Amino acid sequence: MSTRNLAKNQPETFAFTDEHKVRIEKIIAKYPEGYQASAVIPLLDLAQRQDGWVTKPAIDLIAETLGMPVIRVLEVATFYTMFNLNPVGKCHIQVCTSLSCWLRGSNDVVKACSDKLGIKFGETTADGAITLSEVECAGACVNAPVVAVGDEYYEDLNYETMSKLIDTIKAGNPPAPGSAVGRQGAEPEGNRTSLTTDPTQTTPMQDLAVAKQKHEEAQEAARKAKENA
Amino acid sequence: MLQDQDRIFTNLYGEHDWRLAGARSRGDWDGTKELLHMGRDWIIDEMKASGLRGRGGAGFPTGLKWSFMPKTETDRPHYLVVNADEGEPGTCKDRDMMRFDPHKLIEGCLLASFAMNAHACYIYIRGEFYTEASNLQVAIDEAYEAGLIGKNACGSGWDFDLYLHRGAGAYICGEETALIESLEGKKGQPRLKPPFPAGVGLYGCPTTVNNVESIAVAPTILRRGASWFAGLGRPNNTGTKVFCISGHVNRPCNVEEEMGIPLKELIDKHCGGVIGGWDNLQGIIPGGSSVPCLPKDICDEILMDFDSLREVKSGLGTAAVMVMDQSVDIIAAITRLSAFYKHESCGQCTPCREGTGWLYRVMKRMVSGEASLEEIDMLEQVSYQIEGHTICALGDAAAWPVQGLIRHFRPQMEQRIKDYRDGKVSRAA
Repeated sequence: MSTRNLAKNQPETFAFTDEHKVRIEKIIAKYPEGYQASAVIPLLDLAQRQDGWVTKPAIDLIAETLGMPVIRVLEVATFYTMFNLNPVGKCHIQVCTSLSCWLRGSNDVVKACSDKLGIKFGETTADGAITLSEVECAGACVNAPVVAVGDEYYEDLNYETMSKLIDTIKAGNPPAPGSAVGRQGAEPEGNRTSLTTDPTQTTPMQDLAVAKQKHEEAQEAARKAKENA
Repeated sequence: MLQDQDRIFTNLYGEHDWRLAGARSRGDWDGTKELLHMGRDWIIDEMKASGLRGRGGAGFPTGLKWSFMPKTETDRPHYLVVNADEGEPGTCKDRDMMRFDPHKLIEGCLLASFAMNAHACYIYIRGEFYTEASNLQVAIDEAYEAGLIGKNACGSGWDFDLYLHRGAGAYICGEETALIESLEGKKGQPRLKPPFPAGVGLYGCPTTVNNVESIAVAPTILRRGASWFAGLGRPNNTGTKVFCISGHVNRPCNVEEEMGIPLKELIDKHCGGVIGGWDNLQGIIPGGSSVPCLPKDICDEILMDFDSLREVKSGLGTAAVMVMDQSVDIIAAITRLSAFYKHESCGQCTPCREGTGWLYRVMKRMVSGEASLEEIDMLEQVSYQIEGHTICALGDAAAWPVQGLIRHFRPQMEQRIKDYRDGKVSRAA
């Protein structure tokens, strides 16, 4: 397991924006009365979206908002790895180095990042613009190697395309997320081997009246068998 | 080979409209009300007859799981929870179902919840899937607006609420009881079973947790009939399955195929073959990182389904096929997985918390060869001390890849150690 601690230097206060306050009410309403603790992960996420990281005052406020002991919120904040417990740069680049990405060349992608940015995993560029992190499986293995830039996935990368991506991020105009080789999703590159026909040509529904009758007969037979036994 | 007309996920590649109008044109939400009016016994029996086995990895029969829920609702409401915390290395199928075909999942949630007397369903999606969660939320809103879910869903008289809940990056939350803990706002640490979730689950209420794919295929199975689904694949391994093929193939892809398709055919037909040809193959992990890898001679003949893969001491898991050619240092590859399990252990059970770190440290020495030959046996023995001695299956999942390596690639491990002793391997490696 990974051990994670809160940052030493913490701000004095934290307050949710008015917009987030409205969203918080909607989030809490998703869960049954008395179980508002379920909203702790979404609220920590909102706090992180506001500040870029999860601060101790934010944890205190969320505990108060949800009527939870502070230690319970602290446990959640330190357990889940998406919560940044230290400040991160404006742009957070997270490189997946798990097996599928590794097999397809994530080492080159990592090298492109460190060559271009001059930093290693867990570090932030001197201007505070970009933080580089290593993550475990991002769940886009067929489009490996993949990196997450903020909320967005960039896929099918190599040394050159990753280097270019960093240039565009630095210039403030990153391309639309997705595949660097022009794939729409996880289809094979080039010729299709499946899903080549019109998807609106669907097979009609089974005859439900017949199905119902069969089911009733089967139930009746099962009931009789039980009686006889 | 499976024909397109027997494929369930007709927008798997995202080239058509994923929103309600597009989904309807592909047959989703067609006759849902009539299906609901067939009654919950019929739905559950039809699911049982289809032979569908859970698509999240364990392969437990879905219809049977649904039938474990109490028949009548008491003062405790029932819940359906959909496990969309996809994070098993190699697996990326649920992601594409949710971003490109979200209405299949939503319709499945309604039908499954109705069958289990649940008026509410939570979809727990991994936090990293931001775009996928956004698409799914848009689709849920559309379904509410069209009266397909919500009060009197589809005009059936059944009230049904569906909520999306985003996680925050913990592989362990893919374990059903850890997922429930997380949904309740706690650390994702698995619960002891029994009690099983069908008795005491979310908020202490009867709960069923199903994988995205298991739920998303349900509407099509009910529409086309259990016999159609059961007619595909092999007995006890029926239907279609979305395979994710990654690693050293010419064209990595997701593809929906018939269960029991030969592994070689899957790779040659859909992925343009192994890089450098089939003879360049070293080994394949056939079902996501948790299952043991297989050497080429087994891959030559093996069929891709639950029972075939279990016979060779591996598993279908999530059907995430990771292909490794001759260029791979397979000891390093398995060590990468050991690092993953070390990172993702929740820390609750000692054999797993300490064992995953120990496995990783010893495996690192196996990569460099800086070990003794006897340590291979010790590594294997200790892995059996982790397996089966923890609350959840993460301990097993950490042990199996290492066991698979030792079972099939022991000569390579021994050679590495000898090379290190002879000074053939750089000491810095």
